[in-house]
Amino acid sequence: MNFALDDDQRMLKDSVERLVARDGGFEQRRLHMADGWSRTLWARYAEIGLLALPYPSTHGGLNGTAVDTLLVFETLARALPLEPLLPTMVIGAAALREASEEQLARWVPPIAAGELTLAWAHGEAGSRYRLHDVSCRARREGAGWVLDGDKPLVVHGDSADRLLVSARVSGERCDRDGIALFMLDANALGVARRGVRLHDGRRAADIVLEGVYVPASDVIGEPGKALPLIERIAQHAIAALAAEAVGLMQALLDTTVDYLKTRQQFGGPIGRFQALQHRAAEMLIALEQARSMALYAALMLDEPDDAERAKALSAVKVQIGQSARFIGQQAIQLHGGIGVTDEYVVGHWFKRLTVMESEFGDTDHHLAEFSR
Amino acid sequence: MHLERDPADAAFREEVRAFLRDALPPDMAQRNLRGFHPTKADMQAWTRILHARGWSAPHWPVEHGGTGWSPLRRHLFEEECFAAGAPPTCTAAFSLVAPVLQRFGTPEQQQRHLPAILRGDTFWGQGFSEPNAGSDLASLRTRALRDGEHYVVDGQKTWTTEGHYADWLFCLVRTDTTVAPQRGISFLLIDARSPGITIRPIISIDGAHSLNEVFFDGVRVPVENRVGDEGQGWTCAKFLLENERAFSAEVPRNKRMLARLKALAAAQGLAADPVFATRIAEIEVELAALEWLTLRALSEHGSDAAGAWPAGSLLHVLGSELQQKTGALLVEALGERGVIHYDASDADHAAGITADFLYRRAVTIYGGSNEIQRNLIARHLLGP
Repeated sequence: MNFALDDDQRMLKDSVERLVARDGGFEQRRLHMADGWSRTLWARYAEIGLLALPYPSTHGGLNGTAVDTLLVFETLARALPLEPLLPTMVIGAAALREASEEQLARWVPPIAAGELTLAWAHGEAGSRYRLHDVSCRARREGAGWVLDGDKPLVVHGDSADRLLVSARVSGERCDRDGIALFMLDANALGVARRGVRLHDGRRAADIVLEGVYVPASDVIGEPGKALPLIERIAQHAIAALAAEAVGLMQALLDTTVDYLKTRQQFGGPIGRFQALQHRAAEMLIALEQARSMALYAALMLDEPDDAERAKALSAVKVQIGQSARFIGQQAIQLHGGIGVTDEYVVGHWFKRLTVMESEFGDTDHHLAEFSR
Repeated sequence: MHLERDPADAAFREEVRAFLRDALPPDMAQRNLRGFHPTKADMQAWTRILHARGWSAPHWPVEHGGTGWSPLRRHLFEEECFAAGAPPTCTAAFSLVAPVLQRFGTPEQQQRHLPAILRGDTFWGQGFSEPNAGSDLASLRTRALRDGEHYVVDGQKTWTTEGHYADWLFCLVRTDTTVAPQRGISFLLIDARSPGITIRPIISIDGAHSLNEVFFDGVRVPVENRVGDEGQGWTCAKFLLENERAFSAEVPRNKRMLARLKALAAAQGLAADPVFATRIAEIEVELAALEWLTLRALSEHGSDAAGAWPAGSLLHVLGSELQQKTGALLVEALGERGVIHYDASDADHAAGITADFLYRRAVTIYGGSNEIQRNLIARHLLGP
């Protein structure tokens, strides 16, 4: 076990840092937001190999490790990327662990080249983070399947080329058995998408599927047996979110510390007041707890025991949620009025962390999962 | 960054477990799992058992009798010993004074003291705090006046943990009153049986005796017992305190407390209570984060990465507050039985849960109070 970056990891981090410095400006991001996200930036991600990173090298990927993904998400975080990296890079790679050779050959090269984006269409109205709670239906028709149901709040769902959609081929709403995973063409007949904007600046779509035909070749894994894969996908997403959260919390702490050193009140910098010093110390403690758990997440993704792995990733999401809430709220508090303005970046980092809390299960959900 | 686990580490853990099954006397383990302060007899006997195996000081450099284990293995070893109920070795000796001697001591001082510590022959006590020098340690007033080849020491030390077991004391004393407070301090090794030393017990709120006050009345200490130069005591002390904090996350102890909490909750019918289960889960998550923080700190210790974050203070704050949180939940799990005053002399079934909870109010105070630790963390962030 060695926590120091090796040369390849250092190079990866450097290339992401350069990209952020060149193209990741806060004002540039504001411009991209009008269009949803930036195709130019997306091409840069492809260019430096981020999109190919976690995919198998047998099909044009780079065989990146969980630590590589962690470095990318942690480093990119402070630029608040609007692009569909999580679904296309992390969730896609986790889902395609069970893809056929033919599917890998069809999908990985365009993903790596930046020509195919994905969205994760799993949660449903009332499912409240329970991964086995799926009502959307898939019935056999000829050589394929026909999908019916609602998938609300699919992040990046309005722009994605393909939707990773779960649907029930058998059983009742909360059965663990009977769920299938489809790589649905987002422009297929019967897919209705209504776009919404999120508080963190990203876009999502409420999606309605009505008699949507999916060829058998677009089913991932064995139909009806997809729940373990879906659980694994959620775990990979949590690990990436944890890394992103650490990057955001570091940015929040750095900016707050700068502010404490420079903001003058009562004839000197406000950082000389012990009440504020101790708050900053608490923020660092919360950050390092979160950082440790993000590393733990990267390690535990490879844990072969399903229950152990699930429990570990729940613990990670709990710690991230607790640290993020504390650091985000305190960063704004210590900045005073400027912290609540739209023009200042701190509030935007806070909003991203706030949205993240409800992605892939909130703190309470994972605390309950952990103590089961 | 390579986080993969080495299967050889799992084999190592098994080796430690097998050793503990063989070597740890069951009655000793039973005494230590109850929660009262360990006895000198148990600590000494266990140190000798460890020494026979070459394992009494895993964290020391190999040339002084350390094992050369990786940080992870040292952690696994300590965790297994704790879980099995092994008593600690003398912390003041093995973890506080020994690293100072290894770093600042003369070859003669090392030769005289380190092998005796390693064998469990000598116990040590710490003489840092004074009645008017707690968090403000540099204001200490115990004087050491030079008289030929001796210092003559007068003053008072307090909070000396297990001072009544000690053969030796290591003390911060003022050798120069004309310079800045930190620069007039020296580090002395004092034979606890020297004429002029009086050691008196301080009974803590658990009703037990582990703390002491030590009075020095014209105690003659040979100059050769000074570690480092005259006036270098503060440097030694800072080095020692940083070492002390590195151990103060107390992950093995926290793990043992959590295991006890889970067992007690199950026995009390609380395991099915979702509110109590959630509170246990919160502690368990915090412990997982603390363990990884500790492994990071251990693996970075002495490398280029060390110093990037104030590991010692951070671990001290988290580890001590977690012990208090877990202890409070243990007492709560006991319910009305928690109010009975038991002490170590009571029957075997008398668990020291409430006594331990009471004693552990001290963990956020000793080694630099948690408020001082937060000052140090803030200084790391904001500069002096």
